Amino acid sequence: MKFGSAAVIGMAFAAGALSMAPAQASDLQIKMWASSCASCHGTNGNAQAPMVKLAGADAKATLEALLAHKRGERNGTIMHQIAKGYTDEQLAQLADYFAAQR
Amino acid sequence: MKRRALLQGLGGGSAALIAGAMTGCAMPGGSAKAKVVVIGGGYAGATAAKYLRIWSNGGIDVTMVEPNPAFVSCPLSNLVVAGMKQMSDITTPYDNLTKRHGVKVVRDMVAGIDTKNKRVKLAGGSELPYDRVIVSPGIDFMYENLPGMESAAAQSQIVHAWKAGDQTATLRKQLEAMPNGGVFAIAVPPSPYRCPPGPYERASVVADYLKKNKPKSKVLVLDPHKDVVAKGKLFKAAWAEKYKGILEYRPNHKLSEVDVKGKTLKFEFSDDVKADVLNVIPGMKAGAIARNTGLANVSNRWCDVDFLTYESKVVPGVHVLGDSVAATPGMPKSGFMANQHAKTCAAAIVAMVQGQAVPDHPIFANTCYSFVDANEACHVSAVYAFDDGKKQMVKVKGSGGLSPDTNRTTAAYAEAWAVNIWADMLA
Repeated sequence: MKFGSAAVIGMAFAAGALSMAPAQASDLQIKMWASSCASCHGTNGNAQAPMVKLAGADAKATLEALLAHKRGERNGTIMHQIAKGYTDEQLAQLADYFAAQR
Repeated sequence: MKRRALLQGLGGGSAALIAGAMTGCAMPGGSAKAKVVVIGGGYAGATAAKYLRIWSNGGIDVTMVEPNPAFVSCPLSNLVVAGMKQMSDITTPYDNLTKRHGVKVVRDMVAGIDTKNKRVKLAGGSELPYDRVIVSPGIDFMYENLPGMESAAAQSQIVHAWKAGDQTATLRKQLEAMPNGGVFAIAVPPSPYRCPPGPYERASVVADYLKKNKPKSKVLVLDPHKDVVAKGKLFKAAWAEKYKGILEYRPNHKLSEVDVKGKTLKFEFSDDVKADVLNVIPGMKAGAIARNTGLANVSNRWCDVDFLTYESKVVPGVHVLGDSVAATPGMPKSGFMANQHAKTCAAAIVAMVQGQAVPDHPIFANTCYSFVDANEACHVSAVYAFDDGKKQMVKVKGSGGLSPDTNRTTAAYAEAWAVNIWADMLA
């Protein structure tokens, strides 16, 4: 599966269609991306305070926060630096993933 | 009858295990569960063991071989050296890997890997068959390049404390015994080495300890590089603000010899340095088992891997994770990175076992916190994504950055990160 062409499809979905199942990256790929967040936010987003718990968090709220960090609109210590490493659709996929975790 | 036989093969168990075994059955060449042996229970090994289990829903049999009875973290161990934390604060048992995730933890060293017959040979005598083996032994030190330090006696007197555990406690004791007015000399290793900011963090927090407890003492940082290699601006600002007259940084000091009896460091071109407590951190190479298995094809020191799977480019079926992996531009050796390698590798192995496509676009972050005293820290972060052309992880343009200064908020996050990553690895 080539990521390049899949991303084009992904961008068409990204604009507001949060609940749509991501057509591009495989489930395992998204899981792997999300596992990087676990290093600070705990396995599956089950963080210990003061790190923010992501497991079960509202997908829309999570995505809005991530996009705000990415655009530098939100006061953060580090998330603005991390969010800039991902495309908007990748952030949407991650937000959806964590919303489904327990 | 058939189902009972299948359950017996599993050793009884939950629906999840059965489901996993069914997918395991789909693997070409075998009806038994896939077996993975993980060598080393550090940031990479423990993470790989846990994630292989959870992502396969127990469908992969995982055995982790580790000589230490519990996990002791190098990150944050500098605070133990400086007396701000205890060994127990940086120690986590391996129990939950077994209790919660069904990882078999074997306390032993690996004597060798028979890659032809796919068996790991343990020092204690037994053998572990495998379908895939993960080699994550961390680093070993190149004492052979350091005249004066070749003997075991020398190495136990002048410690590196660059593998957390007994040496961390030893270095702490040496600093406690140092008189007021004494000199602590730390020799930074040549690059590439485990944890680029680590030596500077150690010098900083030890300076804080000495400033508060033995104020006539000195910290000498002897660095072979021409400047501080990580978070340079931040460290130097902290040193100027907090440790004037206490900490002295000397670049371009390439360590050539150690006079153990005379407690003197000797350098190419620079003057000798005599000190009360010497902390020599030698140049590094991949852990012995990686080298002895023929995996260290880069200068006989580091292991080349495929960055989608961490499979060795030299020996198929063998994966290498963590500090032993040959560095690529911009990719530091760190516990955080090792934890990322492990997850990428676990996803790849699970895909291979389940007959799925190996995920081909890994993305992961790295964040590194450094303390400059008991209360303040700074950080550097980056996000890496797989580059199809270079076939390496490359920093995503515009991502990452440094903290603006050293501060208490970052110190709080550093502690929070540690608690969370240890849970991510071991809980």
